[in-house]
Amino acid sequence: MNLLRAQVRRPWRLAAEASALLIAVVVAFPLYWMVLGAFKPAGEIESSEPRPWTLSPSLDSFRRVFEQQEFGRYFLNSVIVAVTVVIVSALIAFLAATAVTRFRFRFRTTLLIMFLVAQMVPVEALTIPLFFLMRDAGQLNTLGSLILPHIAFSLPFAIWMLRGFVKAVPEALEEAAYIDGASRARFLWQILFPLVFPGLVATSVFSFISAWNDFLFAKSFIISDTSQSTLPMALLVFFKPDEPDWGGVMAASTVMTIPVLIFFVLVQRRLVSGLGGAVKD
Amino acid sequence: MPVGRGWSRSSPRPWGGGGAPWIYLAPALVVLGGLLVYPIYQLGLISFFQYTQAQVSGGEPTTFRGLANYTELFGDPQFWQVLLATVVFAAACVVSTLAVGCASAVLLTRVRAVPRLALMMAALGAWATPAVTGSTVWLFLFDPDFGPVNRILGLGDHSWTYGRFSAFFLVLLEVVWCSFPFVMVTVYAGIRAVPGEVLEAAALDGASQWRIWRSVLAPMLRPILTVVTIQSVIWDFKIFTQIYVMTNGGGIAQQNLVLNVYAYQQAFASSQYSLGSAIGVVMLLILLAATLVYLRLLRRQGEEL
Repeated sequence: MNLLRAQVRRPWRLAAEASALLIAVVVAFPLYWMVLGAFKPAGEIESSEPRPWTLSPSLDSFRRVFEQQEFGRYFLNSVIVAVTVVIVSALIAFLAATAVTRFRFRFRTTLLIMFLVAQMVPVEALTIPLFFLMRDAGQLNTLGSLILPHIAFSLPFAIWMLRGFVKAVPEALEEAAYIDGASRARFLWQILFPLVFPGLVATSVFSFISAWNDFLFAKSFIISDTSQSTLPMALLVFFKPDEPDWGGVMAASTVMTIPVLIFFVLVQRRLVSGLGGAVKD
Repeated sequence: MPVGRGWSRSSPRPWGGGGAPWIYLAPALVVLGGLLVYPIYQLGLISFFQYTQAQVSGGEPTTFRGLANYTELFGDPQFWQVLLATVVFAAACVVSTLAVGCASAVLLTRVRAVPRLALMMAALGAWATPAVTGSTVWLFLFDPDFGPVNRILGLGDHSWTYGRFSAFFLVLLEVVWCSFPFVMVTVYAGIRAVPGEVLEAAALDGASQWRIWRSVLAPMLRPILTVVTIQSVIWDFKIFTQIYVMTNGGGIAQQNLVLNVYAYQQAFASSQYSLGSAIGVVMLLILLAATLVYLRLLRRQGEEL
């Protein structure tokens, strides 16, 4: 890449850097406005001359958010759903990706194509049959009704993405482990798993986001027991179409976005290299 | 079998007994079978039956209607209008997302560390923002009474969600904002993965910048571009949250409905479960067709599964 960069002439590079910074500012602005709106005092947020700063930050909106309903409870529910989905789907996808890359067997290609096709399924369209399935399984109004579908829906993409990482592990390692008398399970968990871990982190970003963002299933499956609700539903309580409580919406949005931001900052290196690794094969 | 050469593809591995891969695959197949394949089958089934609130509560038996739900659906002009809106809206989202994403990726390779980090962080922030949150924040930015955008553009109290096209445009902006980072990061990772020697060789042979882009980088990036395109198509075709939240359930007089929201409204607002399912089946078939095109592209590129 150095070569490409070395050839860029100076004025061009400055123009490119100015554009990059401009895009960064535009892209970051909605997030800045969200946090700012969360800290603005009640009178200031609903002003017809909005200022890009506030002189008297207040925690009132946050207080209102946490006092109304059981916001902490919703937060915890969202965390439980997202973390369970991430861990379970990562383990299942790791096993499946190992199977389709390290073994040759009948129907292997068919399976791979099925995993690819499965990614195309508009899962929202399955809300209706899933509603009946969850009802019959007695899972309506439980976190299970959110966890189970999201595990299933994040699997195909995770398997597809992990393939590249499992492929990249040299076969000689497997051979050496075999010759040294290690069992298959031991090779899998003590050698292959740590090597593929960066890939697991990258794929977990996608399953985390899909579970954390879930709005439709929570809306459709959690209907009578609000203690099992998740953050998106709590946020929308403040968002009444005719008279939204903008301060509350921005505070709830901030609380809802921060955990994901932290997660992203922690995994961003892995994510970039992970996406590179997944598409390199 | 000499050590270090790896097992050949044809010879059976000592660890790879006939049943071994299936043991590994079992959890995935069970989960996918129960929560993906079976619901798809159910979806198809419901779409052939009479299924309204009366049947759900168990008051009436379900009756087989054959293709009646589909003829009803296809006879409804609103369905065609929503289908067209969905296709056009999704296409606009895909094209804009890819354009912004690829341009930003190229930009990232041309700048020094500080601007690169700034753009990367801002993009990751947009990517990390949950759909519900992003939707409400964008509405607030464009709010006719309290939003900063109308002040900056001097639009007074112009309402963005009142007109059909401007409402769709507002949702499109939000969609591009939250989905271009995936394209940018993936394409950037792809560009970085191109070995430096290849570019050096091309430069030594006297190839121009433009020629290097066109003849060296573009073919190497094609698989990646295929991946991000198909992912964008899938995501944008089945957008739900943004439309639902930003246009308040499908817009004024349902002017901003897309298939996914339409199916939801039919099923859960009007209790027309069979019609909602029929719409779901139509969506499934359209995406399946897109998948087949994608698979053919992969095969033409000689991609080995």
